[in-house]
Amino acid sequence: MKVKQISVFMENKSGRLAQITRVLGDADINILTLSLADTADFGILRLLVSDNEKAVRALKAAGFTVGENDVLAVDIPDRPGGLADFLELIGVNDINIEYMYAYRKGGKSILIFRFEDLDRAGKIFADTPFKLLSSEELYGLS
Amino acid sequence: MIWDEEFETMPREALDSLQAYRLRKIAERVYATVPFYKEAFDKAKIHPSRIKSLEDLKRLPFTNKTDLRDNYPFKLFTLPLHEVVRIHASSGTTGKPTVVGYTKRDIDTWSALMARTLSCAGVQKGDVVQNAYGYGLFTGGLGFHYGSEKLGATVIPISGGNTKRQIMIMEDFGSTVLVCTPSYALTIAEVMDEMGVKKERLKLRVGIFGAEPWSRNMRQQVETKLGIQAVDIYGLSEVIGPGVSVECIEAKNGLHIFEDHFIPEVIDPDTGESLPYGEAGELVFTTLTKEAFPVIRYRTKDITRLFPEPCRCGRTHVRMDRVTGRTDDMLIIRGVNFFPSQIESLLMDIEGLEPHYQIIVRREGTLDTLEVRIEVNEAVFSDEIRKLESLEKKVTGECREMLGISAKIKLVEPKTLQRFEGKAKRVIDERNIQ
Repeated sequence: MKVKQISVFMENKSGRLAQITRVLGDADINILTLSLADTADFGILRLLVSDNEKAVRALKAAGFTVGENDVLAVDIPDRPGGLADFLELIGVNDINIEYMYAYRKGGKSILIFRFEDLDRAGKIFADTPFKLLSSEELYGLS
Repeated sequence: MIWDEEFETMPREALDSLQAYRLRKIAERVYATVPFYKEAFDKAKIHPSRIKSLEDLKRLPFTNKTDLRDNYPFKLFTLPLHEVVRIHASSGTTGKPTVVGYTKRDIDTWSALMARTLSCAGVQKGDVVQNAYGYGLFTGGLGFHYGSEKLGATVIPISGGNTKRQIMIMEDFGSTVLVCTPSYALTIAEVMDEMGVKKERLKLRVGIFGAEPWSRNMRQQVETKLGIQAVDIYGLSEVIGPGVSVECIEAKNGLHIFEDHFIPEVIDPDTGESLPYGEAGELVFTTLTKEAFPVIRYRTKDITRLFPEPCRCGRTHVRMDRVTGRTDDMLIIRGVNFFPSQIESLLMDIEGLEPHYQIIVRREGTLDTLEVRIEVNEAVFSDEIRKLESLEKKVTGECREMLGISAKIKLVEPKTLQRFEGKAKRVIDERNIQ
Protein backbone atom coordinates (compact mmCIF):
# COMPACT_ATOMS: atom_id res chain seq x y z
CA MET A 1 0.00 0.00 0.00
CA LYS A 2 1.88 2.97 -1.31
CA VAL A 3 1.23 6.66 -1.12
CA LYS A 4 2.10 9.07 -3.92
CA GLN A 5 4.39 11.90 -3.01
CA ILE A 6 5.38 14.82 -5.18
CA SER A 7 8.79 16.44 -5.06
CA VAL A 8 9.99 19.77 -6.38
CA PHE A 9 13.49 20.89 -7.30
CA MET A 10 14.35 24.27 -5.87
CA GLU A 11 17.39 26.45 -5.78
CA ASN A 12 18.42 27.84 -2.43
CA LYS A 13 17.08 31.30 -3.07
CA SER A 14 15.09 33.36 -0.65
CA GLY A 15 11.36 33.35 -1.28
CA ARG A 16 11.37 30.18 -3.36
CA LEU A 17 9.47 28.08 -0.83
CA ALA A 18 6.94 30.86 -0.44
CA GLN A 19 6.39 30.87 -4.21
CA ILE A 20 5.81 27.13 -4.36
CA THR A 21 3.33 27.16 -1.51
CA ARG A 22 1.55 30.14 -3.06
CA VAL A 23 1.21 28.29 -6.38
CA LEU A 24 -0.36 25.39 -4.51
CA GLY A 25 -2.58 27.70 -2.48
CA ASP A 26 -3.83 29.48 -5.58
CA ALA A 27 -4.66 26.12 -7.13
CA ASP A 28 -6.69 25.29 -4.04
CA ILE A 29 -4.45 22.45 -2.97
CA ASN A 30 -4.02 21.56 0.68
CA ILE A 31 -0.64 20.41 1.97
CA LEU A 32 -0.93 17.46 4.38
CA THR A 33 2.74 17.39 5.26
CA LEU A 34 6.09 18.25 3.77
CA SER A 35 9.81 17.94 4.25
CA LEU A 36 12.64 19.95 2.84
CA ALA A 37 16.03 18.42 2.18
CA ASP A 38 18.77 20.81 1.30
CA THR A 39 22.38 21.08 0.25
CA ALA A 40 24.38 24.28 -0.08
CA ASP A 41 23.02 24.98 -3.54
CA PHE A 42 19.68 23.31 -3.97
CA GLY A 43 16.88 21.71 -2.09
CA ILE A 44 14.23 19.09 -2.70
CA LEU A 45 10.80 19.79 -1.36
CA ARG A 46 8.70 16.67 -0.77
CA LEU A 47 5.01 16.99 -0.27
CA LEU A 48 1.88 15.03 0.42
CA VAL A 49 -1.00 17.05 -0.90
CA SER A 50 -4.76 16.79 -1.31
CA ASP A 51 -4.66 16.44 -5.12
CA ASN A 52 -1.43 15.25 -6.74
CA GLU A 53 -2.49 15.60 -10.33
CA LYS A 54 -3.66 19.16 -9.90
CA ALA A 55 -0.58 20.06 -7.86
CA VAL A 56 1.81 18.70 -10.48
CA ARG A 57 -0.02 20.58 -13.21
CA ALA A 58 0.06 23.86 -11.31
CA LEU A 59 3.73 23.57 -10.39
CA LYS A 60 4.79 22.63 -13.91
CA ALA A 61 2.84 25.53 -15.31
CA ALA A 62 4.74 27.77 -12.92
CA GLY A 63 8.00 26.44 -14.38
CA PHE A 64 9.11 24.04 -11.66
CA THR A 65 10.69 20.64 -12.14
CA VAL A 66 8.35 18.20 -10.43
CA GLY A 67 8.70 14.51 -9.74
CA GLU A 68 6.23 11.95 -8.45
CA ASN A 69 7.13 8.83 -6.55
CA ASP A 70 5.87 6.31 -4.02
CA VAL A 71 6.45 6.41 -0.28
CA LEU A 72 5.07 4.39 2.62
CA ALA A 73 2.99 6.00 5.34
CA VAL A 74 3.33 3.99 8.56
CA ASP A 75 1.10 4.32 11.59
CA ILE A 76 3.53 4.17 14.53
CA PRO A 77 2.19 3.46 18.03
CA ASP A 78 2.12 6.74 19.91
CA ARG A 79 4.10 5.76 23.00
CA PRO A 80 7.71 5.99 24.22
CA GLY A 81 9.83 3.53 22.24
CA GLY A 82 7.25 3.16 19.46
CA LEU A 83 9.51 4.53 16.76
CA ALA A 84 12.52 2.61 18.10
CA ASP A 85 10.61 -0.67 17.78
CA PHE A 86 9.83 0.11 14.20
CA LEU A 87 13.34 1.19 13.24
CA GLU A 88 14.80 -1.94 14.86
CA LEU A 89 12.54 -4.06 12.74
CA ILE A 90 13.83 -2.27 9.66
CA GLY A 91 17.41 -2.68 10.84
CA VAL A 92 17.02 -6.40 11.45
CA ASN A 93 15.68 -6.84 7.94
CA ASP A 94 18.53 -4.81 6.49
CA ILE A 95 16.40 -2.23 4.76
CA ASN A 96 17.93 1.11 3.91
CA ILE A 97 16.02 4.32 4.60
CA GLU A 98 16.53 7.01 1.98
CA TYR A 99 14.68 9.59 4.03
CA MET A 100 11.75 9.96 6.39
CA TYR A 101 9.54 12.64 7.84
CA ALA A 102 6.74 12.79 10.34
CA TYR A 103 3.06 13.64 10.25
CA ARG A 104 0.86 13.74 13.26
CA LYS A 105 -2.82 14.20 12.98
CA GLY A 106 -6.06 12.93 14.45
CA GLY A 107 -4.25 11.37 17.41
CA LYS A 108 -2.04 9.29 15.11
CA SER A 109 1.72 9.44 14.65
CA ILE A 110 2.42 8.74 11.05
CA LEU A 111 5.86 8.49 9.53
CA ILE A 112 6.46 8.87 5.81
CA PHE A 113 9.27 6.63 4.60
CA ARG A 114 11.21 6.35 1.40
CA PHE A 115 13.01 3.00 1.47
CA GLU A 116 15.60 1.81 -0.98
CA ASP A 117 13.39 -1.19 -1.71
CA LEU A 118 9.84 -0.10 -1.14
CA ASP A 119 8.21 -3.40 -2.12
CA ARG A 120 10.33 -5.52 0.16
CA ALA A 121 9.75 -3.12 3.04
CA GLY A 122 5.99 -3.22 2.43
CA LYS A 123 5.94 -7.02 2.62
CA ILE A 124 7.85 -7.12 5.87
CA PHE A 125 5.38 -4.89 7.67
CA ALA A 126 2.44 -7.00 6.57
CA ASP A 127 2.63 -9.28 9.60
CA THR A 128 3.57 -6.70 12.20
CA PRO A 129 1.57 -4.30 14.35
CA PHE A 130 2.72 -1.44 12.15
CA LYS A 131 -0.08 -0.47 9.86
CA LEU A 132 0.41 1.01 6.41
CA LEU A 133 -1.98 3.76 5.46
CA SER A 134 -3.47 4.32 2.03
CA SER A 135 -3.79 7.78 0.50
CA GLU A 136 -7.48 7.78 1.26
CA GLU A 137 -6.91 6.89 4.89
CA LEU A 138 -4.23 9.53 5.15
CA TYR A 139 -6.38 12.27 3.70
CA GLY A 140 -9.41 11.08 5.62
CA LEU A 141 -7.77 11.53 8.99
CA SER A 142 -9.33 14.25 10.97
CA MET B 1 21.68 18.16 -55.62
CA ILE B 2 24.49 20.36 -56.93
CA TRP B 3 23.48 23.89 -57.91
CA ASP B 4 26.57 24.82 -59.91
CA GLU B 5 28.06 21.60 -61.23
CA GLU B 6 30.85 23.27 -63.21
CA PHE B 7 32.39 25.12 -60.29
CA GLU B 8 31.44 22.90 -57.36
CA THR B 9 32.96 19.77 -58.92
CA MET B 10 35.88 21.48 -60.65
CA PRO B 11 39.07 19.37 -60.68
CA ARG B 12 41.71 20.58 -58.23
CA GLU B 13 44.16 21.74 -60.86
CA ALA B 14 41.62 23.87 -62.67
CA LEU B 15 40.41 25.26 -59.35
CA ASP B 16 43.96 26.19 -58.38
CA SER B 17 44.58 28.13 -61.56
CA LEU B 18 41.19 29.84 -61.31
CA GLN B 19 42.03 30.88 -57.75
CA ALA B 20 45.49 32.14 -58.73
CA TYR B 21 44.04 34.20 -61.57
CA ARG B 22 41.29 35.67 -59.40
CA LEU B 23 43.71 36.30 -56.53
CA ARG B 24 45.90 38.47 -58.68
CA LYS B 25 42.87 40.38 -60.01
CA ILE B 26 41.51 41.07 -56.55
CA ALA B 27 44.93 42.07 -55.21
CA GLU B 28 45.30 44.53 -58.08
CA ARG B 29 41.85 45.89 -57.34
CA VAL B 30 42.38 46.55 -53.63
CA TYR B 31 45.90 47.88 -54.22
CA ALA B 32 44.63 50.41 -56.73
CA THR B 33 41.55 51.57 -54.83
CA VAL B 34 42.02 51.19 -51.06
CA PRO B 35 44.82 53.18 -49.39
CA PHE B 36 44.85 50.76 -46.43
CA TYR B 37 45.74 47.82 -48.69
CA LYS B 38 48.29 49.78 -50.72
CA GLU B 39 50.07 50.73 -47.55
CA ALA B 40 49.94 47.19 -46.14
CA PHE B 41 51.18 45.63 -49.42
CA ASP B 42 53.99 48.15 -49.70
CA LYS B 43 55.01 47.50 -46.12
CA ALA B 44 55.10 43.75 -46.82
CA LYS B 45 57.08 44.51 -50.02
CA ILE B 46 54.68 42.70 -52.30
CA HIS B 47 53.24 44.21 -55.45
CA PRO B 48 50.14 42.59 -56.99
CA SER B 49 51.97 42.22 -60.32
CA ARG B 50 54.29 39.73 -58.61
CA ILE B 51 51.50 37.33 -57.71
CA LYS B 52 52.05 34.34 -60.03
CA SER B 53 50.65 31.41 -58.12
CA LEU B 54 48.70 30.50 -55.02
CA GLU B 55 51.99 30.17 -53.13
CA ASP B 56 52.31 33.97 -53.28
CA LEU B 57 49.22 34.30 -51.11
CA LYS B 58 51.38 33.68 -48.03
CA ARG B 59 53.35 36.84 -48.76
CA LEU B 60 50.27 39.04 -48.56
CA PRO B 61 49.55 40.84 -45.28
CA PHE B 62 46.75 39.77 -42.93
CA THR B 63 43.67 41.89 -42.36
CA ASN B 64 42.32 42.01 -38.80
CA LYS B 65 39.03 43.04 -37.32
CA THR B 66 40.77 46.09 -35.85
CA ASP B 67 41.72 47.15 -39.39
CA LEU B 68 38.03 47.10 -40.25
CA ARG B 69 37.23 49.23 -37.21
CA ASP B 70 40.06 51.67 -37.96
CA ASN B 71 38.62 52.18 -41.43
CA TYR B 72 35.05 52.58 -40.20
CA PRO B 73 32.70 52.95 -41.92
CA PHE B 74 33.48 52.90 -45.66
CA LYS B 75 37.22 53.30 -46.09
CA LEU B 76 37.80 49.69 -47.16
CA PHE B 77 35.23 49.87 -49.97
CA THR B 78 36.80 49.71 -53.42
CA LEU B 79 34.01 51.79 -54.93
CA PRO B 80 32.22 55.03 -54.15
CA LEU B 81 29.02 54.60 -52.15
CA HIS B 82 26.77 55.24 -55.15
CA GLU B 83 27.94 51.93 -56.61
CA VAL B 84 27.05 50.15 -53.37
CA VAL B 85 23.48 48.87 -53.24
CA ARG B 86 23.51 47.27 -49.80
CA ILE B 87 25.23 47.71 -46.47
CA HIS B 88 25.36 45.18 -43.66
CA ALA B 89 27.16 45.40 -40.35
CA SER B 90 28.08 43.32 -37.35
CA SER B 91 26.26 43.98 -34.10
CA GLY B 92 29.14 46.00 -32.71
CA THR B 93 28.73 44.69 -29.19
CA THR B 94 32.43 45.17 -28.54
CA GLY B 95 32.71 48.62 -30.05
CA LYS B 96 31.97 50.16 -33.43
CA PRO B 97 30.32 47.71 -35.82
CA THR B 98 32.24 46.36 -38.78
CA VAL B 99 30.59 47.59 -41.94
CA VAL B 100 30.47 45.72 -45.24
CA GLY B 101 29.08 46.74 -48.63
CA TYR B 102 27.74 44.95 -51.72
CA THR B 103 27.38 46.01 -55.34
CA LYS B 104 24.48 44.78 -57.42
CA ARG B 105 26.75 42.04 -58.73
CA ASP B 106 27.88 41.13 -55.19
CA ILE B 107 24.25 40.56 -54.24
CA ASP B 108 23.85 38.28 -57.27
CA THR B 109 26.99 36.34 -56.33
CA TRP B 110 25.84 36.04 -52.74
CA SER B 111 22.35 34.90 -53.78
CA ALA B 112 23.86 32.24 -56.02
CA LEU B 113 26.15 31.08 -53.21
CA MET B 114 23.15 30.82 -50.90
CA ALA B 115 21.23 28.87 -53.54
CA ARG B 116 24.23 26.52 -53.60
CA THR B 117 24.17 26.35 -49.83
CA LEU B 118 20.49 25.45 -49.71
CA SER B 119 20.93 22.86 -52.49
CA CYS B 120 23.82 21.38 -50.57
CA ALA B 121 21.42 20.80 -47.67
CA GLY B 122 18.95 19.13 -50.04
CA VAL B 123 16.55 22.07 -50.31
CA GLN B 124 14.86 22.56 -53.66
CA LYS B 125 12.05 24.31 -55.46
CA GLY B 126 8.84 23.33 -53.72
CA ASP B 127 10.35 23.56 -50.25
CA VAL B 128 9.00 26.07 -47.74
CA VAL B 129 11.85 27.79 -45.92
CA GLN B 130 11.07 29.24 -42.52
CA ASN B 131 13.76 31.88 -42.22
CA ALA B 132 14.20 32.57 -38.52
CA TYR B 133 17.56 34.25 -38.85
CA GLY B 134 17.46 37.94 -37.98
CA TYR B 135 16.67 40.36 -40.80
CA GLY B 136 18.37 43.71 -40.75
CA LEU B 137 22.01 44.66 -40.55
CA PHE B 138 22.87 41.06 -39.65
CA THR B 139 23.59 39.13 -42.87
CA GLY B 140 21.85 35.88 -41.89
CA GLY B 141 18.24 36.79 -42.63
CA LEU B 142 18.64 38.53 -45.98
CA GLY B 143 21.31 36.07 -47.13
CA PHE B 144 18.92 33.15 -46.72
CA HIS B 145 16.07 35.19 -48.12
CA TYR B 146 17.73 36.00 -51.43
CA GLY B 147 19.21 32.50 -51.69
CA SER B 148 15.84 30.82 -51.20
CA GLU B 149 14.23 33.03 -53.82
CA LYS B 150 17.07 32.41 -56.24
CA LEU B 151 16.62 28.68 -55.72
CA GLY B 152 12.89 28.99 -56.30
CA ALA B 153 11.87 27.80 -52.86
CA THR B 154 9.11 29.53 -50.90
CA VAL B 155 10.57 31.70 -48.17
CA ILE B 156 8.79 32.79 -45.00
CA PRO B 157 10.62 35.92 -43.83
CA ILE B 158 9.64 35.52 -40.19
CA SER B 159 13.00 36.54 -38.66
CA GLY B 160 13.92 35.50 -35.10
CA GLY B 161 11.81 35.61 -31.96
CA ASN B 162 8.15 35.28 -31.10
CA THR B 163 8.56 31.55 -30.74
CA LYS B 164 4.91 30.53 -30.32
CA ARG B 165 4.07 32.31 -33.53
CA GLN B 166 7.00 30.60 -35.27
CA ILE B 167 5.50 27.26 -34.30
CA MET B 168 1.99 28.19 -35.37
CA ILE B 169 3.26 29.35 -38.76
CA MET B 170 5.46 26.30 -39.14
CA GLU B 171 2.41 24.14 -38.64
CA ASP B 172 -0.08 26.19 -40.68
CA PHE B 173 2.19 27.02 -43.63
CA GLY B 174 3.76 23.54 -43.77
CA SER B 175 7.37 24.71 -43.47
CA THR B 176 9.76 21.99 -44.61
CA VAL B 177 13.02 23.79 -43.86
CA LEU B 178 14.00 25.69 -40.72
CA VAL B 179 16.97 28.02 -40.74
CA CYS B 180 18.16 29.73 -37.54
CA THR B 181 20.86 29.45 -34.89
CA PRO B 182 21.13 25.97 -33.34
CA SER B 183 20.35 27.33 -29.89
CA TYR B 184 17.18 28.93 -31.21
CA ALA B 185 16.22 25.59 -32.80
CA LEU B 186 16.38 24.05 -29.31
CA THR B 187 14.35 26.89 -27.87
CA ILE B 188 11.70 26.24 -30.53
CA ALA B 189 11.68 22.52 -29.66
CA GLU B 190 11.25 23.38 -26.01
CA VAL B 191 8.34 25.72 -26.63
CA MET B 192 6.74 23.11 -28.92
CA ASP B 193 6.88 20.76 -25.99
CA GLU B 194 5.24 23.29 -23.69
CA MET B 195 2.53 23.98 -26.27
CA GLY B 196 1.98 20.26 -26.79
CA VAL B 197 2.85 20.47 -30.50
CA LYS B 198 4.26 17.10 -31.54
CA LYS B 199 7.02 17.08 -34.16
CA GLU B 200 4.94 14.64 -36.21
CA ARG B 201 2.45 17.44 -36.82
CA LEU B 202 5.09 19.45 -38.67
CA LYS B 203 6.39 18.89 -42.18
CA LEU B 204 9.92 19.95 -41.26
CA ARG B 205 12.58 17.70 -42.74
CA VAL B 206 15.79 19.70 -42.72
CA GLY B 207 17.40 22.55 -40.82
CA ILE B 208 20.41 24.69 -41.65
CA PHE B 209 21.91 25.99 -38.46
CA GLY B 210 24.85 28.27 -37.87
CA ALA B 211 26.15 31.62 -36.64
CA GLU B 212 27.56 30.02 -33.50
CA PRO B 213 29.69 27.00 -32.65
CA TRP B 214 27.72 23.88 -31.73
CA SER B 215 28.68 20.34 -30.90
CA ARG B 216 27.86 17.03 -32.55
CA ASN B 217 25.76 16.13 -29.57
CA MET B 218 23.77 19.28 -29.92
CA ARG B 219 23.10 18.31 -33.53
CA GLN B 220 21.70 15.00 -32.32
CA GLN B 221 19.42 16.76 -29.86
CA VAL B 222 18.12 19.13 -32.53
CA GLU B 223 17.57 16.25 -34.96
CA THR B 224 15.75 14.10 -32.43
CA LYS B 225 13.61 16.84 -30.93
CA LEU B 226 12.52 18.32 -34.25
CA GLY B 227 12.61 15.09 -36.26
CA ILE B 228 14.83 16.56 -38.99
CA GLN B 229 18.26 16.36 -40.55
CA ALA B 230 20.43 19.22 -39.32
CA VAL B 231 23.37 20.61 -41.27
CA ASP B 232 25.96 23.11 -40.19
CA ILE B 233 26.51 26.36 -42.09
CA TYR B 234 29.29 28.86 -41.76
CA GLY B 235 29.77 32.43 -42.85
CA LEU B 236 30.59 35.89 -41.63
CA SER B 237 29.68 39.33 -42.88
CA GLU B 238 33.31 40.32 -43.42
CA VAL B 239 33.67 37.54 -45.99
CA ILE B 240 30.15 37.68 -47.49
CA GLY B 241 27.69 36.50 -44.83
CA PRO B 242 26.22 33.00 -44.81
CA GLY B 243 27.21 31.14 -47.97
CA VAL B 244 30.92 30.72 -47.29
CA SER B 245 30.61 27.03 -46.49
CA VAL B 246 28.01 24.42 -45.61
CA GLU B 247 27.71 20.69 -44.98
CA CYS B 248 26.13 18.50 -47.61
CA ILE B 249 23.15 16.43 -46.56
CA GLU B 250 24.74 13.31 -48.11
CA ALA B 251 27.75 13.17 -45.78
CA LYS B 252 27.15 15.76 -43.02
CA ASN B 253 30.85 15.58 -42.43
CA GLY B 254 32.64 18.89 -42.74
CA LEU B 255 31.56 22.08 -44.48
CA HIS B 256 32.32 22.58 -48.18
CA ILE B 257 34.02 25.92 -48.65
CA PHE B 258 33.05 27.52 -51.96
CA GLU B 259 36.62 27.82 -53.08
CA ASP B 260 35.97 29.42 -56.44
CA HIS B 261 35.00 32.51 -54.42
CA PHE B 262 37.04 32.22 -51.22
CA ILE B 263 40.52 30.93 -50.48
CA PRO B 264 40.71 29.43 -46.98
CA GLU B 265 43.87 29.04 -44.92
CA VAL B 266 44.43 27.78 -41.40
CA ILE B 267 47.17 29.51 -39.47
CA ASP B 268 48.81 29.32 -36.09
CA PRO B 269 47.09 32.23 -34.31
CA ASP B 270 50.26 33.12 -32.43
CA THR B 271 52.87 33.00 -35.18
CA GLY B 272 50.69 33.61 -38.23
CA GLU B 273 52.27 30.68 -40.02
CA SER B 274 50.18 28.53 -42.35
CA LEU B 275 49.35 25.12 -40.99
CA PRO B 276 49.05 21.95 -43.08
CA TYR B 277 45.71 20.30 -43.82
CA GLY B 278 44.22 18.54 -40.82
CA GLU B 279 45.80 20.76 -38.17
CA ALA B 280 43.60 23.00 -36.04
CA GLY B 281 44.20 26.73 -36.09
CA GLU B 282 42.68 30.08 -36.99
CA LEU B 283 40.71 30.26 -40.20
CA VAL B 284 41.73 32.97 -42.68
CA PHE B 285 39.84 33.98 -45.83
CA THR B 286 40.66 35.84 -48.99
CA THR B 287 37.65 36.74 -51.11
CA LEU B 288 38.15 36.31 -54.85
CA THR B 289 35.09 37.76 -56.52
CA LYS B 290 33.60 40.43 -54.29
CA GLU B 291 33.51 43.93 -55.77
CA ALA B 292 32.57 46.45 -53.10
CA PHE B 293 34.23 44.92 -50.08
CA PRO B 294 36.90 42.32 -50.81
CA VAL B 295 39.14 41.15 -47.98
CA ILE B 296 42.68 39.86 -48.20
CA ARG B 297 43.73 37.21 -45.67
CA TYR B 298 41.04 38.17 -43.20
CA ARG B 299 41.60 36.60 -39.79
CA THR B 300 38.26 35.21 -38.64
CA LYS B 301 39.35 34.25 -35.09
CA ASP B 302 37.43 31.00 -35.65
CA ILE B 303 39.24 27.76 -34.86
CA THR B 304 38.88 24.86 -37.28
CA ARG B 305 40.71 22.39 -39.53
CA LEU B 306 40.70 21.88 -43.29
CA PHE B 307 40.31 18.60 -45.15
CA PRO B 308 41.19 18.39 -48.86
CA GLU B 309 39.71 14.95 -49.63
CA PRO B 310 36.81 15.15 -52.08
CA CYS B 311 33.42 14.33 -50.60
CA ARG B 312 31.16 11.50 -51.67
CA CYS B 313 28.56 14.09 -52.68
CA GLY B 314 30.81 14.88 -55.64
CA ARG B 315 31.98 18.32 -54.59
CA THR B 316 35.71 18.83 -54.92
CA HIS B 317 36.13 21.87 -52.69
CA VAL B 318 38.08 21.72 -49.44
CA ARG B 319 36.00 21.05 -46.37
CA MET B 320 36.34 22.66 -42.96
CA ASP B 321 35.58 21.01 -39.65
CA ARG B 322 32.81 22.47 -37.56
CA VAL B 323 34.14 25.54 -35.74
CA THR B 324 35.23 24.37 -32.30
CA GLY B 325 35.69 27.81 -30.80
CA ARG B 326 37.14 31.24 -31.29
CA THR B 327 40.54 32.58 -30.48
CA ASP B 328 38.74 35.25 -28.48
CA ASP B 329 36.32 33.00 -26.59
CA MET B 330 38.94 30.45 -25.70
CA LEU B 331 38.98 30.24 -21.95
CA ILE B 332 42.25 30.01 -20.12
CA ILE B 333 41.74 28.85 -16.60
CA ARG B 334 44.71 28.07 -14.43
CA GLY B 335 46.82 27.64 -17.53
CA VAL B 336 44.41 25.27 -19.25
CA ASN B 337 43.01 26.32 -22.64
CA PHE B 338 39.60 25.13 -23.69
CA PHE B 339 36.45 26.16 -25.50
CA PRO B 340 32.92 26.31 -24.08
CA SER B 341 31.85 23.83 -26.77
CA GLN B 342 33.97 21.15 -25.08
CA ILE B 343 31.89 21.49 -21.94
CA GLU B 344 28.71 21.42 -23.97
CA SER B 345 29.75 18.21 -25.61
CA LEU B 346 30.45 16.62 -22.24
CA LEU B 347 27.10 17.68 -20.81
CA MET B 348 25.16 16.36 -23.77
CA ASP B 349 26.83 12.98 -23.41
CA ILE B 350 25.16 12.59 -20.04
CA GLU B 351 21.72 11.23 -20.57
CA GLY B 352 18.81 13.46 -19.70
CA LEU B 353 20.76 16.66 -19.23
CA GLU B 354 19.18 19.73 -20.72
CA PRO B 355 21.18 21.52 -23.34
CA HIS B 356 20.84 24.69 -21.31
CA TYR B 357 23.98 25.54 -19.47
CA GLN B 358 26.09 28.50 -18.58
CA ILE B 359 29.74 28.81 -17.74
CA ILE B 360 30.82 31.33 -15.16
CA VAL B 361 34.43 32.23 -14.66
CA ARG B 362 35.50 34.17 -11.59
CA ARG B 363 38.71 35.11 -9.92
CA GLU B 364 38.91 34.44 -6.21
CA GLY B 365 42.11 35.93 -4.87
CA THR B 366 44.63 34.84 -7.44
CA LEU B 367 42.78 31.68 -8.40
CA ASP B 368 40.41 31.39 -11.34
CA THR B 369 37.29 29.35 -10.71
CA LEU B 370 35.00 27.68 -13.19
CA GLU B 371 31.35 27.17 -12.46
CA VAL B 372 29.00 25.28 -14.75
CA ARG B 373 25.30 25.91 -14.23
CA ILE B 374 23.00 23.19 -15.51
CA GLU B 375 19.25 23.26 -15.65
CA VAL B 376 17.58 20.31 -13.96
CA ASN B 377 14.81 18.72 -15.99
CA GLU B 378 12.44 15.90 -15.15
CA ALA B 379 14.69 13.27 -16.71
CA VAL B 380 17.45 13.81 -14.19
CA PHE B 381 15.50 15.07 -11.21
CA SER B 382 15.09 12.74 -8.26
CA ASP B 383 13.50 13.05 -4.86
CA GLU B 384 16.75 11.75 -3.40
CA ILE B 385 19.55 14.19 -2.67
CA ARG B 386 22.26 11.63 -3.27
CA LYS B 387 21.15 11.00 -6.85
CA LEU B 388 21.43 14.67 -7.70
CA GLU B 389 24.73 14.87 -5.89
CA SER B 390 26.04 11.93 -7.84
CA LEU B 391 25.06 13.72 -11.05
CA GLU B 392 27.08 16.71 -9.87
CA LYS B 393 29.99 14.44 -9.09
CA LYS B 394 29.77 12.80 -12.48
CA VAL B 395 29.95 16.11 -14.32
CA THR B 396 32.74 17.32 -12.04
CA GLY B 397 34.68 14.12 -12.70
CA GLU B 398 34.26 14.32 -16.46
CA CYS B 399 35.29 17.97 -16.49
CA ARG B 400 38.41 17.08 -14.56
CA GLU B 401 39.15 14.18 -16.85
CA MET B 402 38.69 16.17 -20.04
CA LEU B 403 40.01 19.58 -19.07
CA GLY B 404 42.27 18.73 -16.18
CA ILE B 405 40.67 21.34 -13.94
CA SER B 406 37.94 21.12 -11.38
CA ALA B 407 34.67 22.85 -12.01
CA LYS B 408 31.95 23.64 -9.55
CA ILE B 409 28.70 22.22 -10.84
CA LYS B 410 25.58 24.07 -9.86
CA LEU B 411 22.17 22.63 -10.60
CA VAL B 412 19.58 25.30 -11.27
CA GLU B 413 15.86 25.36 -11.85
CA PRO B 414 14.55 25.02 -15.38
CA LYS B 415 14.11 28.15 -17.47
CA THR B 416 16.33 30.16 -15.17
CA LEU B 417 19.16 30.46 -17.67
CA GLN B 418 18.81 32.88 -20.50
CA ARG B 419 17.21 31.67 -23.74
CA PHE B 420 18.52 32.79 -27.08
CA GLU B 421 16.85 33.83 -30.27
CA GLY B 422 20.14 34.54 -31.97
CA LYS B 423 23.68 33.70 -30.99
CA ALA B 424 23.95 32.07 -27.59
CA LYS B 425 26.16 33.61 -24.96
CA ARG B 426 27.24 30.73 -22.78
CA VAL B 427 30.15 32.22 -20.93
CA ILE B 428 30.07 34.87 -18.27
CA ASP B 429 33.60 35.93 -17.48
CA GLU B 430 33.60 37.98 -14.31
CA ARG B 431 37.35 38.24 -14.11
CA ASN B 432 38.58 41.77 -14.48
CA ILE B 433 41.81 41.14 -16.24
CA GLN B 434 43.53 44.35 -17.20
